[in-house]
Amino acid sequence: MLTELAERWDELGPLLFDGTYATLYMVGWSTLFTALFGLPLGVLLYATERGRLLPAPWLRAVLGAIVNIGRSVPFIVLMVAVLTFTRFITGTTIGPTAAIVPLTLGAIPFYARLVETSLREVGRDVIEAAEAMGAGRGTIVAKVLLPEALPGLIAGLTVTVVALVSYSAMAGAIGGGGLGDVAIRFGYQRFDELVLLLCVVLLVVVVQLLQSLGDLAARRLSHR
Amino acid sequence: MDPYLPPVARHVREREPLIDVQNLTKVYDLGRGRTVQALDGVDLHVPQGQVFGILGRSGAGKSTLLRCVNLLERPTSGSVRVDGQDMTALRGAALRRARRGIGMIHQHFALLSSRTVAGNVAFPLEVMGTPRAQRARRVAELLDVVGLGDRGGSYPAQLSGGQKQRVGIARALAAGPKVLLSDEATSALDPETTGSILDLLRRLNRELGLTVLLITHEMGVIKRVCDSAAVMHDGRFLESGPLPELLAAPDSRLADALFPLPTVDLPGVVTLSYAERATEPVLSALTREFDVDVNILAGTVETVAGAPYGRLKVQLTGERTAEALEYLRARGLAVRTAGDPLAADGAEPTGEGA
Ligand SMILES: Nc1ncnc2c1ncn2[C@@H]1O[C@H](COP(=O)(O)OP(=O)(O)OP(=O)(O)O)[C@@H](O)[C@H]1O
Ligand SMILES: [Mg+2]
Repeated sequence: MLTELAERWDELGPLLFDGTYATLYMVGWSTLFTALFGLPLGVLLYATERGRLLPAPWLRAVLGAIVNIGRSVPFIVLMVAVLTFTRFITGTTIGPTAAIVPLTLGAIPFYARLVETSLREVGRDVIEAAEAMGAGRGTIVAKVLLPEALPGLIAGLTVTVVALVSYSAMAGAIGGGGLGDVAIRFGYQRFDELVLLLCVVLLVVVVQLLQSLGDLAARRLSHR
Repeated sequence: MDPYLPPVARHVREREPLIDVQNLTKVYDLGRGRTVQALDGVDLHVPQGQVFGILGRSGAGKSTLLRCVNLLERPTSGSVRVDGQDMTALRGAALRRARRGIGMIHQHFALLSSRTVAGNVAFPLEVMGTPRAQRARRVAELLDVVGLGDRGGSYPAQLSGGQKQRVGIARALAAGPKVLLSDEATSALDPETTGSILDLLRRLNRELGLTVLLITHEMGVIKRVCDSAAVMHDGRFLESGPLPELLAAPDSRLADALFPLPTVDLPGVVTLSYAERATEPVLSALTREFDVDVNILAGTVETVAGAPYGRLKVQLTGERTAEALEYLRARGLAVRTAGDPLAADGAEPTGEGA
């Protein structure tokens, strides 16, 4: 098998390289946007709960419903459902850039819930101590909640990134590009088992690397 | 602090206790029409420079009362004045500013695990907007005060419980408060560490004139640091006042709790309490002048708030017992005869004496 790989390297090398690059490109940008929108949404979900910083039961109910709907729609369906929106944002509906839109939309509710869970782990006594010192809500979020929950937020983001890698492979199936796309078009449809196998191996390696990186960061940042 | 106040008013205000709580009530709404009355008409007056202890069983309402002082909890009715300021009238930014004049320490320390010791102490200064250089200087100063001058770079997880509470105290002092609130600050510590933390509080009280309001269920804490105390039960103060006064009262629950004597079921048993004098000459006088026999059954002598305090359980037998008791009362001893026990409502505070 290795010999086959060596023989076909000129043909497979660029293919796999481009596929990996496209996967990382999709995952990278969608992770960034997910964090950008998912973090505030998670903070809002947390803060609007009864007895928290900004109790607003009805707002929380609405946000919670949206998040739950977002999480229960299968990713394939979501991709198709938001095509118009995707075209509006990126000007196209195929290719890695277009895939970033549904990937982000699918991951935001997922990450927001993880953010909410991490924030809940922060002790009430710490928040109350900050209140007793005269800190306002903004200060409490920025200087107490987020820093205290940081290891959990990083761990949650790692879980999200890994989910995004597998979603991106699915996005590849309907023209999103990346390793999933390579696996389907060159591996599955052409009965090329080597390509299929290599794509899977590369996906596993990418996931392993990202997970280790996330674990390392979370450990480094935790002073508990 | 308010130069426009006329002299008379300022004089009146200086007389006002630093913490002045009147007829405070707090009702928690549990939903579905159920409520809990956590505070039921509490009056609390803590003069400037005092250490005031609140003793009571779990659920008595101690934490609720403390949290009403800095308005972490908004009272249902009644007034809370701290340093002449009506706390209940404040909201938003004004309330946050007023809270900076009230430090607080917590049972489980409530330190930020993501910040170093120095970072924790700097937190209230950041909240106040103190410039960075000034902040660093003040933090170093505070860490020295609590004896942690060399641990600024450590994280709370690397400290012992006693050290964590020292950080908590340094943090509480950072904004230069006049009042320190302490909710069971030593309950998570061993007796020796508890002692050192209490000594630190006492020192800060003496040196900075810091007024301290503390909650405890440990008798030892009251004996060691408090000038005044209150016994709380079911959202109410059963008794409160300066420690010597409370202990001198014949039916003091606090005295019973602080200095428990064994129950003796014999005829003619009386409990005598005295402060700042010895009983021996008085007791021998009873024998001489009233011809009664004095049989000492149990007793204890300790120093409370810097003065000796003792309790004795004695059995008096003889014709002129009533006259003898009158004599004891006239000599300033608190006398409780077996016939008038404390109201048996199970309200006496109990806890492990440290
Ligand atoms: N946020 C709350 N919501 C509802 N009820 C509360 C709340 N906080 C306190 N209570 C109730 O008020 C009463 C007094 O509680 P509090 O915490 O003040 O007691 P405590 O004297 O501090 O007790 P402990 O020694 O156990 O700390 C209790 O019956 C408690 O259940
Ligand atoms: Mg309590």
